[in-house]
Amino acid sequence: MTLMVRTPRVAIAVFPGSWSERDFAHVAESVLGWEARLVWHADGELGTPDAVVLPGGFAHGDHLRTGAIARFSPVMRSVEAFAAAGGPVIGSCNGFQVLTEAGMLPGALLRNDHLEYRCDWQSLRVERPGAAPAWLGDLADGEVISLPISHGEGRYVADEATLDALERDGRVVLRYTDADGRVSPEANPNGSERGIAGIVNARGNVLGLMPHPERAAESEVGGTDGLRLFRSLERWLQEQPAAAERRLSSG
Amino acid sequence: MRWLAEVHVALRTGIADPEGQTIGSALRALGYPTVSEVRSGKLMRVSFEATDHDAAEATVDEMCRRLLANPVMEVASWQLRADEQQDAEAANP
Repeated sequence: MTLMVRTPRVAIAVFPGSWSERDFAHVAESVLGWEARLVWHADGELGTPDAVVLPGGFAHGDHLRTGAIARFSPVMRSVEAFAAAGGPVIGSCNGFQVLTEAGMLPGALLRNDHLEYRCDWQSLRVERPGAAPAWLGDLADGEVISLPISHGEGRYVADEATLDALERDGRVVLRYTDADGRVSPEANPNGSERGIAGIVNARGNVLGLMPHPERAAESEVGGTDGLRLFRSLERWLQEQPAAAERRLSSG
Repeated sequence: MRWLAEVHVALRTGIADPEGQTIGSALRALGYPTVSEVRSGKLMRVSFEATDHDAAEATVDEMCRRLLANPVMEVASWQLRADEQQDAEAANP
């Protein structure tokens, strides 16, 4: 097989109140040598990215509900179209909240059960990474990674039927655990149902997670497990003829 | 004519409301031991134009479904009345 080795290109949506877009761009450009483009929310055009990032922050002040206003931003129509075409999309923290409000992922994210803002390193168990190959392909089923969390509204909720379906279909891909990979109330930083920290859509290309992979991409900041999501994407893109063709045809 | 909708948005039954629980604890601590539950929510007053009551009702319903409440975890209810103050201001600016 001939691998298309190209520089990955990511588009990062920026809403008024986003705060992680530059960290994502830093990792993409300075750590990995990719191309990153910041796309203002009012601009509908993403360009021709290989992947789209919805970063963390407080889009539109988190007014009404987190992500509730952002989902109507023009850029979201492009993000939805990109995802519908199978393009890889990641929503971290506020980006996850936007994805649920937009109906691109099921469930919702509510105030942490203890009402505190929680900013800390968090152990996470990777589950069935093959369900999200573009983002977790380099990770192993059952391994425990450590990523920063930083949120006040990360309590994942959905009705029982939805939770059961997510579990049954293997779409819960990240769970809050202790360092040994055990789920417990003590290891759950926000009261999320079943310790859910990250889920993927049925097609496997849209990943939403509360933790911040972009804040764990250099050893200088305390950990590099987050970088492995970017590396997964890089390898996945190389192995996707369709993605390469999209790039060729779009220039 | 102008209408005023008072829209109440509350978390669905069964979804934990830590804010309400904290308020409930505070009330009990203040000497109201019979307080068994507090559920918190949002109140939004929306003033808008519609031709008649049915149209206004349909508009509020749509506003709630599209933006004001997230049906995944919230339920919306509202009271609708003619916004006489706004109408009076419009008549006598």
